[in-house]
Amino acid sequence: MSSLPPYTTTGQRIWHYTFLFICALIFIFLITPILIIAPLSFNAEPYFSFTDGMLGFESEAYSTRWYKDILVNGMSDPTQPNNWGVFWDWFWKALSPFHTAPPSFYTDAWENAQWIRAMRNSFFIGFFATMIAVTLGTLAAIGLSRSEMPARGAIMSLLISPLIVPLVVTAAGMFYFYSTNFNPDSWLNGNPDASSWILAQTYAGVILAHAALGTPFVIITVTATLVGFDKSLVRAGASMGAGPAKTFWKIQMPLILPGVVSGGLFAFITSFDEVVAVLFLAGPEHRTIPRQMYSGIREQISPTILAVATILVILSVILLATLELLRRRSERLRGLSPS
Amino acid sequence: MKRAILLAAASGIALTGSAYAADTITVVSWGGAYTKSQVEAYHKPWIAKTGNKIVSEDYNGGLAEVKAQVEAGNVTWDIVDVELSDAIRGCDEGLLEEIDHSVLPDAPDGTPATEDFIGLALHDCAVANIVWSTIYAYDGSKYNAFERPRSMADFFNTKKFPGKRGLRKSPKANLEMALVADGVAAADVYDILSTSEGVDRAFAKLDSIKDDVVWWEAGAQPPQLLADGEVKMTTAYNGRIFNAMASEGKPFEIVWDGQVFDVDLWAIPKGAPNKEAALDFLAFSTDTQRLADQAAWISYGPARKSSAPLVGAYNSDPDLAMGPHMPTAPGNFMNAIANGFEFWADNQDELNERFNAWLAS
Amino acid sequence: MTDVSYQPDTTRGSLTDASGALLAADGTPLKKKLRQALAVSRRRAFLLVAPLLLFILASFAIPILLLLVQGVKDNTFSSIMPETTSVLREWDSNSEPTEEMAAAVVMDLISAKEISRSLPTKVGTRVNREVSGAISLFKKTTRKAPKMEAPFLAELYKVDKKWKDPAYWKAMKIASKTITPAYYAAAVDKKYLADGSFADQPEDRQIYVSLFVKTILVSGGVMLACVLLGFPVAYLLSHLPARQANLLMILVLLPFWTSLLVRTTAWIAMLQSAGVLNDIFVWIGITSDDQRFSLIYNMTGTIIAMTHILLPFMILPIYSVMKAIPPSHVRAAKSLGATNWTAFWRVYFPATIPGIGAGGLLVFILAIGYYITPALVGGQDGQLISNFIAYHMQKSLNWSLAAALGGILLILVLILYWLYDKIVGIDNMKLG
Repeated sequence: MSSLPPYTTTGQRIWHYTFLFICALIFIFLITPILIIAPLSFNAEPYFSFTDGMLGFESEAYSTRWYKDILVNGMSDPTQPNNWGVFWDWFWKALSPFHTAPPSFYTDAWENAQWIRAMRNSFFIGFFATMIAVTLGTLAAIGLSRSEMPARGAIMSLLISPLIVPLVVTAAGMFYFYSTNFNPDSWLNGNPDASSWILAQTYAGVILAHAALGTPFVIITVTATLVGFDKSLVRAGASMGAGPAKTFWKIQMPLILPGVVSGGLFAFITSFDEVVAVLFLAGPEHRTIPRQMYSGIREQISPTILAVATILVILSVILLATLELLRRRSERLRGLSPS
Repeated sequence: MKRAILLAAASGIALTGSAYAADTITVVSWGGAYTKSQVEAYHKPWIAKTGNKIVSEDYNGGLAEVKAQVEAGNVTWDIVDVELSDAIRGCDEGLLEEIDHSVLPDAPDGTPATEDFIGLALHDCAVANIVWSTIYAYDGSKYNAFERPRSMADFFNTKKFPGKRGLRKSPKANLEMALVADGVAAADVYDILSTSEGVDRAFAKLDSIKDDVVWWEAGAQPPQLLADGEVKMTTAYNGRIFNAMASEGKPFEIVWDGQVFDVDLWAIPKGAPNKEAALDFLAFSTDTQRLADQAAWISYGPARKSSAPLVGAYNSDPDLAMGPHMPTAPGNFMNAIANGFEFWADNQDELNERFNAWLAS
Repeated sequence: MTDVSYQPDTTRGSLTDASGALLAADGTPLKKKLRQALAVSRRRAFLLVAPLLLFILASFAIPILLLLVQGVKDNTFSSIMPETTSVLREWDSNSEPTEEMAAAVVMDLISAKEISRSLPTKVGTRVNREVSGAISLFKKTTRKAPKMEAPFLAELYKVDKKWKDPAYWKAMKIASKTITPAYYAAAVDKKYLADGSFADQPEDRQIYVSLFVKTILVSGGVMLACVLLGFPVAYLLSHLPARQANLLMILVLLPFWTSLLVRTTAWIAMLQSAGVLNDIFVWIGITSDDQRFSLIYNMTGTIIAMTHILLPFMILPIYSVMKAIPPSHVRAAKSLGATNWTAFWRVYFPATIPGIGAGGLLVFILAIGYYITPALVGGQDGQLISNFIAYHMQKSLNWSLAAALGGILLILVLILYWLYDKIVGIDNMKLG
């Protein structure tokens, strides 16, 4: 493809280069928007577009103020001293279980800054949603890939459906259902003063929703690794006296681990990127990063959002690299040649 | 691996452990420069005084969110900044807590709070903090000195002043402005709007510019739309335009003709989780000094008479006196409409419905 | 699986019973034993799946089912106005309103107000969905109700002449039905009438059918754009040497792994009036500085951003299908005298159809339920059906209409899902 054989005609050459040109345009279409946000996030002015100074590469036109804004926005006192010494001092004190760290710049940022709070929420929700999705999803995938599984097709379609059903419908249904009081005293005895066991606008509600949205990915990826799984390995283990638990952890798990991890990554990123369910189910203090971005965009596109977006792109690059490594490892383990 | 998870969990607990010791209240307001002015004047001193925390949430007005929370029996907002017509409606419909006005502090000279607040500022379920106004504005650098829009009629005249218009995605203020542009005197607006012919007339006027309208919802959008050149003129809350001019040096101009002014009030949703703390915040933030402080951050008039003499200059510019930029300054008040809160409290649902059907058709 | 492993027992002499059927080691017939073993392993497989199945049912499937029920069930009126409901059931919806009906309305409003001030407005809001003007009518009436004395009909007329209009009584009769097709009717621009028939909504209220059509057209357009842009890229990637293909693949995968919000933000920066694209257009002279194109906050913006976001979902399946097409097929065609075009169109292209089908259906399914991107870059005319569902859930609080619209959308998507399963098979769904 890259070098043309000598017998190509002029017409073929023209066609070939036109084709490459078209592909180049499509790649530009794919990647430019993602790259363009990085320089824009260093805008010294509160605009969302390139200023004349930026185009002229003047150093005053660029600044890191929006990155600082991520840290500061929402703090009750951003004027406290702020340097690495203060930071490490705070960090080690905060780590100790019996700390009584005095309020410092970083305590304030950790507790009050909006984006920091959103980041904490995103990781907290993402972590637990992923744990649920991976545990239940892996077990189910193992069950589903057994040929003896009854009603396999129907159950598989149901378990994959959270991926397919429009998010608004899912979120609306969950909002409606999770807003009911699950306290038996309320729905059995009709006691209006029963203490409220409501899932809507709690962390638990968002975590359950995200876990449900993440499981299809775990099922798909784990099932895919199980396709090439040689069942005689399990039998071999069993014949040598290993119990079911031991064969699972020592034989099956290491082999499907790449699928489990990449399914987990998919589940995590689904939760990390999800905003519709958060819009319907989360209260103000459970705001995640995408939720914060969503209201930021609706309200006023400050370059702070671009700074956050740039950081998120860097995270995606790291994630992509991890996945690629996993894929290679999986292929090596399963004895497939790397493509 | 296990140890690493344990360590991470332990540090997570240590880091979050101290976060929820004090009360945390959710304060809901209109975002952007307005919320910023409240954060500076109300939130920070209150946090410093009480040691409580505030989660600040933005919304775009209306009672839908409060209603949804109250009806679902799961209220998360503690205190919310509402328009007068919504305060009345919310109180009527049992969506807001009643507020005992005796918690409000007296003026420094001893005048009781009930006399210190301006008319309309005290309501059964709400206490006002500011007087604000919906105006329209344009980018002065886009027009030469002789051909500038001056009246409400100019805003609706896309032949004389071509270009996109920004309007709030709500019938409120739009219908009034449409009638003023159509030649109705400010004083007669609500008499006309109370008839179905009047409503038709207002919609017909809006219809004449519908194709040129960019709709905004959040108060922070209009200055952005102007700055980005997305629209030529836009209606806006006057304080937002002022802030873009004062703090970012934008060459915006406000046209005060046909302004619709109103008060904003603090209200507490029925069943708010931290009612006590919210009430404390309400009383604290509407005292004389706090209201005067807020006027240093945005050009909205304080709702207490005793605050007026304390209003000085803009926070970052001692030469910029705030007085002339208030909606109630004599020069700005020539053809002003007082928001018909009773009219909107009664007709909001039906006009909203009609407005949305009109938008979608 | 380990428990069914066959252990040969050499101590027994006979492996068959009297009838000659094979016996297992413990003497039971082998057929039976095998059936038992199969049942055990079935149960085991099912037990592995059961926790997730329960979880998905409880947290996902049941909530959606209940939402669909909400689309045909509405007990707002009947629970707050029980007397009126039972009286209205007897009314033939044509004759004049009776004193009995008026008394029931007044009594119900008084007792509702005593429970909570919000209840009468709730009723008003419900009736207002059938006929405009009911909210203020109910508010006014509730305010005066405690002071009323019989005859109540005359008192009601005194409060507001609207009570003389049979439309309000008919609307109450419609609202009083607990199981009602009114919302599904409204979702397809029909009006459910008091006598049980359906009529068209007034013309200026007919928005949902055209909205569904618009949503389907936009999804189709986005799908088509994705095929046109995705096919050449997939072709290039599958024909390049592995090293170069892997490098270029990053350009496809990076957008795929980047947050939806980030990409939407990026398109705002690209497309707005002062955005990058307009800057370039002005710079190369396609347009002038004060005549910049409106590329965002309208349908154009929605389609461009959605195409960008969904394109990787199209490229990846086509790519994996193309990878599997042996190059010898095209070579064979050419050696048999086919021109380049014929070899491509008659041999290569048909082999890629499964990939195009898989990607196309997936893109279509995802596009039809899109919410966030239209909400952020769609402006007024770029809104899709999902945005209206969210609007009725969160703003107008007409949850039943939201449920009905959602139900129709869900049925559309499930049909497509079924097609996807038939054509592609969900087992073959691949990621990354």
